[in-house]
Amino acid sequence: MTPQPNALEIADLVMHFGPVRAVDGVSLTIPRGRVTALVGESGSGKSTVGRCVVRLVEPTAGTVRIAGTDVTHLSRRRLRPHRGAVSIVFQDPAASLDPRMLVGEIVAEPLRLAGKRISRRERDARVAPQLERVGLRAEVARRYPHELSGGQRQRVSIARALISEPMLLIADEPTSALDVSVQASVLNLLADLQRDIGFACLFITHDLSAVEYLADDIAVMYLGQLVETGSRERIFARPAHPYTQALLSAAPVADPVRQRHRQPVLLGDDLPSALDPPSGCRFRTRCPLAFDRCATEVPAQTAIGDGMAACHLVRPDGTGPDVRTADPSEVLS
Amino acid sequence: MTTASAPVLEIRDLSVSFPTETGTVSAVDGVSLDLAAGEIVGMVGESGCGKSVTAMSIAGLLPGSARVTGSVRLDGTQLVGARESALRRVRGREIAYIFQEPMTSLNPVLTVGRQIGEVLQVHERMSRRAARARAVELLTLVGIPSAAQRVDNYPHQLSGGMRQRVMIAMAVACGPKVLVADEPTTALDVTVQAGILQVLRDLRDRLGTSVLIITHDLGVIADIADRVVVMYAGRVVERAPVDDLFAHPRHRYTAGLLSASPQPGRHAGTDRLTEIPGLVPVLASQPDACTFADRCPAADEQCRAAAPPLEDVGGTDHVAACWHPCLTAPTAAQEANR
Repeated sequence: MTPQPNALEIADLVMHFGPVRAVDGVSLTIPRGRVTALVGESGSGKSTVGRCVVRLVEPTAGTVRIAGTDVTHLSRRRLRPHRGAVSIVFQDPAASLDPRMLVGEIVAEPLRLAGKRISRRERDARVAPQLERVGLRAEVARRYPHELSGGQRQRVSIARALISEPMLLIADEPTSALDVSVQASVLNLLADLQRDIGFACLFITHDLSAVEYLADDIAVMYLGQLVETGSRERIFARPAHPYTQALLSAAPVADPVRQRHRQPVLLGDDLPSALDPPSGCRFRTRCPLAFDRCATEVPAQTAIGDGMAACHLVRPDGTGPDVRTADPSEVLS
Repeated sequence: MTTASAPVLEIRDLSVSFPTETGTVSAVDGVSLDLAAGEIVGMVGESGCGKSVTAMSIAGLLPGSARVTGSVRLDGTQLVGARESALRRVRGREIAYIFQEPMTSLNPVLTVGRQIGEVLQVHERMSRRAARARAVELLTLVGIPSAAQRVDNYPHQLSGGMRQRVMIAMAVACGPKVLVADEPTTALDVTVQAGILQVLRDLRDRLGTSVLIITHDLGVIADIADRVVVMYAGRVVERAPVDDLFAHPRHRYTAGLLSASPQPGRHAGTDRLTEIPGLVPVLASQPDACTFADRCPAADEQCRAAAPPLEDVGGTDHVAACWHPCLTAPTAAQEANR
């Protein structure tokens, strides 16, 4: 017996849109039943990784394996049998649900696309438990999306994504368009479903507090590349890469007493262009600790526990300076 | 922190309603609020709670169909019902705004220097040359590097954070007493957000500008506000100094918001976020009842029979409109932090 394949294996993924180097060599593995958060700022390429995985776009280079099957360049027809293994939930449920379809038709559509011919009665019988699972009443199947609230619509998207019993769920900013109280219910729902059903999840977001709540592992992306990966506990307790450190220091915590003692690392506003990324380390133009070598040499990935950090200043034992406390002049001497 | 001097901005019993095809919608009901000189007040609540409408009504920015009653005094001058010509002298000069999406607020075909200069030419009657020089100073003030070159950039040549800095430079060009910032960092990344919040704090410290910042992000509130106003369905439901509000929320809606947000140290494996069931209601008229009653775990007959007044709930300057305020026991979020 061969060991069970991972839910997702991405190797050296490259996605260029003309001259725009959106994703430039990303490797990432998600074992079955784990939640990996992919975090980064807008323009870092994190959503493009998700779109490559569900093959909304065909990668320029590299491989994407879902449950052991290489889906990188499969034709639409050859891809169809594997479509059920991976689903995606988008940020804005108003834009990702067809306004002319009934909720019941929306939720059942993955079954229709999989080529299963089912009667209306059978469809209703399949849809009802899905709606119930996401906390909606079965009657909602006969409503249109515009009759529902934002939170309910996102529940419909989740029901649609899970009806094919996927091994992997891509959740691309699933709570970013929702209000705080609704966000809480959707995060709770995703956590419950993930625990009960056991699907693996690539959770794409910029919201670090949601990441800490939901993720097992974290991958940090900057300008098309991963700069750090590791367990949630390790990354939040001991972030190794200066960018991860800056990101964590910049997100304000909802506690004024603690927040007053935190000092954000200010990086400057300009994310360099993905048309012409900086030489060497891509973060060097905003990094408070950058030195000569950063401009000339691409940093290798230093292994830390079961993850890595790509920075010249991270030592082989995984330790290194912290931009939140370090004085740049001392680091380099 | 709060000062004892007379407030720069004094809002009393402000109500706003809009006629629509399906009847009147009451957006703001009896809001009262003071803003002291050099104070930063955060206004928080979910979408549809009336935060932005309150902000827009201060300088008369709402469409003509809006029915505004109550009083807004800026340094003693009444703004509600003031003539348009009087409001035009106030806007930009005494009170300025920045909004969520800088790209839609900036003119794409004018350089940022021209846009900032325009404010000065109109309000301060500066010459074009002097206005340009002042624009460079303002860009430096809001932390834009090599401002002398950036002043000739068009908005599309700037990043989102830079554009928001330009908006702030334009807003403070005439040294307004009050800056209203409506979700100024919502469209920005956290690393950029931190810089923008720093600029707002600097302006307060250096120029003594009072800031009313509207946001749904409790982290932003915790970071920058001296005092907090919580709005729900058009009413102020709680008002308190920032530390007191986060440590001892008394209104059930505030407590719900705080424990609904993920916090450092909370994980789904060991912890559950508190949900607030239901939705913010859209109201035709403001009922004589607590508008949060339908979503509140503590609601009873009294809550549905009479609107709770904003009353002192202990602590300094801490008021809440609730018949059954939370005890000052630690919230779920605080438990998790320990």
